Amino acid sequence: MSAEAIDGAALAQFESEARARKVGDASRGAGFALIGLAVLLAVWWVGGKIIADNPATANFAGFAPAPTFEKLWEMLRSGFAWRMTWPSLMRIGAGLAWAIAIGVPMGIVIGRFRAAREASSVPFQFLRMISPLAWMPIAVLAFPSWDRAIIFLIGVAAVWPILFSTAHGFRRIDPAWFKVGRNLGARPWHMLFTIIMPAIAQDALAGIRLAVGVAWIVLVPAEFLGVTSGLGYSINDARDALEYDRLAATVVIIGVIGFSLDWICERAIRKASWAREE
Amino acid sequence: MTVASDRHRGRKPGAHIAVTGVSHRFRRNATYALTNVEFEIQPCEAVALVGRSGCGKSTLLHIMSGLTAPTKGEIRLDGALVKGPSPECVVMFQQPHLFPWMTVAQSVGLGLKFAGRPKKEIEARVQELLALVELDGYEKRNVQELSGGQQQRVALARSLAVHPEVLFLDEPFSALDLVTRRALQQDVRRIASEIGITLVIVTHDIPEAVTMADRAIVMAPNPGRIFDIVPIDLDDADRSERSAAAQAAQERLQKSFEGASGRSVELAAARQAGVETLRLAAAGQH
Repeated sequence: MSAEAIDGAALAQFESEARARKVGDASRGAGFALIGLAVLLAVWWVGGKIIADNPATANFAGFAPAPTFEKLWEMLRSGFAWRMTWPSLMRIGAGLAWAIAIGVPMGIVIGRFRAAREASSVPFQFLRMISPLAWMPIAVLAFPSWDRAIIFLIGVAAVWPILFSTAHGFRRIDPAWFKVGRNLGARPWHMLFTIIMPAIAQDALAGIRLAVGVAWIVLVPAEFLGVTSGLGYSINDARDALEYDRLAATVVIIGVIGFSLDWICERAIRKASWAREE
Repeated sequence: MTVASDRHRGRKPGAHIAVTGVSHRFRRNATYALTNVEFEIQPCEAVALVGRSGCGKSTLLHIMSGLTAPTKGEIRLDGALVKGPSPECVVMFQQPHLFPWMTVAQSVGLGLKFAGRPKKEIEARVQELLALVELDGYEKRNVQELSGGQQQRVALARSLAVHPEVLFLDEPFSALDLVTRRALQQDVRRIASEIGITLVIVTHDIPEAVTMADRAIVMAPNPGRIFDIVPIDLDDADRSERSAAAQAAQERLQKSFEGASGRSVELAAARQAGVETLRLAAAGQH
């Protein structure tokens, strides 16, 4: 036993060194991120300057950073930004919820049963390749409200990555885990919640992360139709009103929220992942 | 199963196992992996199933534990027909197969959680088991942080936590280094006799069988069948050391093992002589 015992002090030192290395990596990463952001702002600023200096395009000067951020601040202060973001977030949430509720169980079934996998492969790949926006006319006919049609479009866009990732995750499960589970007296629900769910969580969440990205991209064009709320509508509305600073500010909001949603997913994946780096 | 549960509440030590007329054929396979296997194991006895790969010893263990249903024949545990896997007879495999997202404590308490035992009881039992396998203080560790030997100890604790009556071991230490393997072999035998459970070990390693078992059932392949039963009557002190008695038992078992493999004893003797020559040559150099 003593041969296996790990010297506590040495371990503590090793861990603290690893932590220090991690902090170092993080600060270096943040430095590069700031540089990237600065480059983006500079390009934007230069582009805005060229547009403003050219008499033919001077009408679009609102796209430049300064008017954009001024407008953004005003929109944030007045609560307008929040009022137009909230409906979009609700739609994304509902669409994703449907996609998860359908995609994860179907992914488990497809991962578990070979027949289901083989039977569904061609139809699913076919359906997956259809742009969700191509469903728009059908969605509008099929659903009683615009809101639900948009949620449907988001769901259709988001379900595929979740489904395929979950199925992939299930197939990576060590079959011996089921043997161990049965041997220790696991009931079917134990198998599902104690073994299968944690085992596939990482892959399912990776699918959800992809789905969030796709859904967020589909949301804006989907909101171009019918509804009178949300970020997509707001973009269209700003264009019609020739308020280019509002348009650019909305674009910034879309980017920031999309980035935040992705960051949340990434954190969740990291939390759910159990595979250790060697 | 209710009968069994009542029994294990009374802590009757180790179950009697009766294997009757067991034959097994894998789907789509013409030849039998096992033919008409029959034997008994007494309560608290430690029995090794020995043989070369392909003799069906691992299949037999899966059938005895209820993980595989035999094509023909039946297994009875204290008279009760085995119909499927249950915590009464737990299996340890070559790999520990721990769930990598769990801590040591979660792993050990898993079977009790499945059984719906109260949290307090699980915690106490986990402590008890970790002390038994000498892993106190490792409760909060993720299982992936442990060495191979420690992981097998966790798997052992997880198996024993559910108060089994039989512990099946399917070449459980063959992936470990020699020192760790020897330590675990002795520990498992000691623990099994301390808590009073029946032990069934599948192995192709003769010294392992001699260290751990009271009796070795030697199996032969094509088709899988019992070739010989070799008693290993040794004191525990004799098992742990390279005593003459253990050596003799190993030789007896080796002979039977080779007979079962269809390999001639003369050939084995010649090989042994070759080894001796090498050993002498090595000694001469020093």
